[in-house]
Amino acid sequence: MIWLRRTCKEAVTLMVAKEDRPLPVTDRVALRMHLWACTACPKFDRQMRTIHHAMQQWREHTDGPISDASEPL
Amino acid sequence: MAIAEQLESHRSYLLRFARLQLRNNAWAEDAVSETLLAALAKPQAFAEKSQLKTWLVGILKYKVLDTFRLHAREVSVDMSGEPSGDDELDRLLFKPDGHFAHTPADWGNPEQDLSSRQFLLVLEMCTERMPPALGRVFLMREWLELPSEEICKELGLSSTNLYVQLHRARLRLRECLELHWFGQPVTKG
Repeated sequence: MIWLRRTCKEAVTLMVAKEDRPLPVTDRVALRMHLWACTACPKFDRQMRTIHHAMQQWREHTDGPISDASEPL
Repeated sequence: MAIAEQLESHRSYLLRFARLQLRNNAWAEDAVSETLLAALAKPQAFAEKSQLKTWLVGILKYKVLDTFRLHAREVSVDMSGEPSGDDELDRLLFKPDGHFAHTPADWGNPEQDLSSRQFLLVLEMCTERMPPALGRVFLMREWLELPSEEICKELGLSSTNLYVQLHRARLRLRECLELHWFGQPVTKG
């Protein structure tokens, strides 16, 4: 299963990338496996979730996603 | 309050986000003026809006996007000229064998903290500190909420280049938040 093995650095790249693009299924499996076996990366993953949530809060605070403007004036 | 006064009262708020996203004062001023003009041109729509600020921000986002299109050349040229700082970030985070240099800190469950004004100011400060090209791309994702493919199209970037930029921006943001918020529970207020 060496092709599913990822270093922490590679796992971090995937955890960051999934904010901006869907990961290929192989990467998803490899990341899951890495998160299962690693103690440090789940902490990084939680940090990324916190940031994700923080950006949501910030957007709500600033108001109005672009799709809410009924039309480009 | 008259329409003009109401609009004026939101101007500095709009300008703050236009500057943050565009990283160019003149462009930001123009985008905000365009926004106010567009609002003034539709006083009837205006009268129905209970959420004036939300409506204005929505218009501003379109005007900001127009600005990127208008200055497409200048915006994309910026991209290549910036030092990446990648090695530095990598050295901080990882050992040469790909393991973490330090285990990432436990940030706890800060759900409520995240909507506090102090936290949002730190978040904005961290975004502001990104180099201009990086900050633009990051906020196109996070403020304009554009899909990655659309950002590539708008800025004439390859998807690989875009993902590299977003990776840098997100790691910097994490670093900055750790330094100025999560790592300093004592100064939180």
